[in-house]
Amino acid sequence: MADYQQSLQAKLIRFGIYAVLVLMALWYLAPLYVMLSTSFKTLDEIRAGNLLSLPGTFSLDAWSAAWSTACTGVECGGMKSYFANSLKMMIPAVLISTLVGAFNGYILSMWRFKGSDMFFMALLIGTFLPYQVVILPMAQVLGWLELENSTGRLVLVHVIYGLQFTTLFFRNYYVTVPGELVKAARIDGAGFFRIFFKILLPISVPTIMVCLIWQTTQIWNDYLFGVVFSSGEGQPMTVALNNLVNTSTGVKQYNVDMAAAIIAALPTLLVYMVGGKYFVRGLTAGAVKG
Amino acid sequence: MTASRQGAPGFSLSRLADVILPKLVLAPTVLACLVGFYVFIGWTAWLSFTESRMLPRYEWAGLVQYVELFGNDRWWGAMQNLGVFGGLFILVSLTLGLLMAVLLDQKIRFEGAIRTLYLYPMALSFIVTGTAWKWILNPGLGLEKLAHDWGFTGVTFDWIINPDFAIYTVVIAGVWQSSGFVMALFLAGLRGVDDSIIKAAQMDGASLPTIYTRIIIPSLRPVFLSAFMILAHIAVKSFDLVMALTGGGPGFATDLPSIFMYQHGFTRGQLGLGAASAMMMLFTACAVVMPLLYSELRRERRG
Repeated sequence: MADYQQSLQAKLIRFGIYAVLVLMALWYLAPLYVMLSTSFKTLDEIRAGNLLSLPGTFSLDAWSAAWSTACTGVECGGMKSYFANSLKMMIPAVLISTLVGAFNGYILSMWRFKGSDMFFMALLIGTFLPYQVVILPMAQVLGWLELENSTGRLVLVHVIYGLQFTTLFFRNYYVTVPGELVKAARIDGAGFFRIFFKILLPISVPTIMVCLIWQTTQIWNDYLFGVVFSSGEGQPMTVALNNLVNTSTGVKQYNVDMAAAIIAALPTLLVYMVGGKYFVRGLTAGAVKG
Repeated sequence: MTASRQGAPGFSLSRLADVILPKLVLAPTVLACLVGFYVFIGWTAWLSFTESRMLPRYEWAGLVQYVELFGNDRWWGAMQNLGVFGGLFILVSLTLGLLMAVLLDQKIRFEGAIRTLYLYPMALSFIVTGTAWKWILNPGLGLEKLAHDWGFTGVTFDWIINPDFAIYTVVIAGVWQSSGFVMALFLAGLRGVDDSIIKAAQMDGASLPTIYTRIIIPSLRPVFLSAFMILAHIAVKSFDLVMALTGGGPGFATDLPSIFMYQHGFTRGQLGLGAASAMMMLFTACAVVMPLLYSELRRERRG
């Protein structure tokens, strides 16, 4: 009898655990469901139904409006050009910062020199700084450089402030690689670049993935740099989305807002679904610094 | 690095390259880091001691901007909001994250799938999160309507337009986005706890809850610390979430230092005041992070 009670209790506890976990999963999923279902509804349906009601007709009007005709302020070309802006900014910024970060990590682990450890500390401290403390001078310098092109400005800024993370990822990986490997290669006459490309780069694929994914999400999702350093038609997706949602002219089109929000979320969600493992690794590595 | 000193003369050229190349390749980053962080911080500090308005001016004006900042009710409101938002955001995220990690650590089926679901908001932009929650919390058509449709007709849920409660909507959206990440940190920590300690405690007849509260959770101290630091960092620089969710309103009910800084520095032509508020944000971030970092470094040295 006591055994029976005990196993019943254990079963109840297991059930409780699963119930809580499922409830939590619903809480995380609910906003995504609400966004998706709202984006397929017509405005009348939205007013008649509620957040959880399913769309009756699965209308794609909101999606096409969000993509090509929705108005952000005075512009009425939808999100497509801003989506393209974000891509044009993200791809070079991610590639450059990853490549330079790989070299930096290689130098800071395999080619240390006097002062290089101190520089690494200086770079690490940078990861704790709120960007607000650098954006005023940066705006001034970009003005002096006469860099008018918003995309160019954002690529530059994202590379500068992404290097601390990419360098960190690669440095922390390369310090775990045995130094003998490099020493042996040097005795064989291999130089700085050859060792990097022939020995280290081929074994860096996981770190490269972490870097690419981290930088992609950081840069695509950025809003502060976008709103400060870009203007008008050169703005990235996040800024355009916020303008769209907070424009106060005309009837509020919630379905279009939601479709645009999902469009803005798709690239990073896709990256998360494809490279989730590396995404988590990047998050925790970026978190447990040094 | 002393691999072959005895190399032939022709060899020394590549040797020289090996000395110069690393420094040469690192140089752009050194420059970017020194200018992009340290020179710019000094520059912002300098601006904060001037009377710059629309355009930067560099004549020393002493503490006028700080006097104005400290006499500014909006600034103190923003700092207070940061305290409320930051405190609750960190507390709730840590609690939820730990709870979920402990539950997920009980040999759960489909653990991977559940983890993926908990963590996906972290892949989203705060602008997307803010947009989604702004709609969910819409006083006419959002949760309130849902409650009415379900028969709870007396319910009013207008936090997002209620100055007394709006800041809590920022907490809700912030926790939704970040708590899964805290869960991932704690779960990684839990997986690192030495099994033999737990087995020994079980032999001594300790119950599972006791083992967790007495042994496992205290051993997660470093995870608490890093989670706290990341969350504090997110809170201090929080900007996009509030811009998308409430725009700082209603009134200044969800105003934050970052919004104050942005508006004075970039849209209101009050560069000097914006710079002073940026410096205060830097000090706030340091005040939160430095003591923790310091104590952790000291522990590491001793351990």
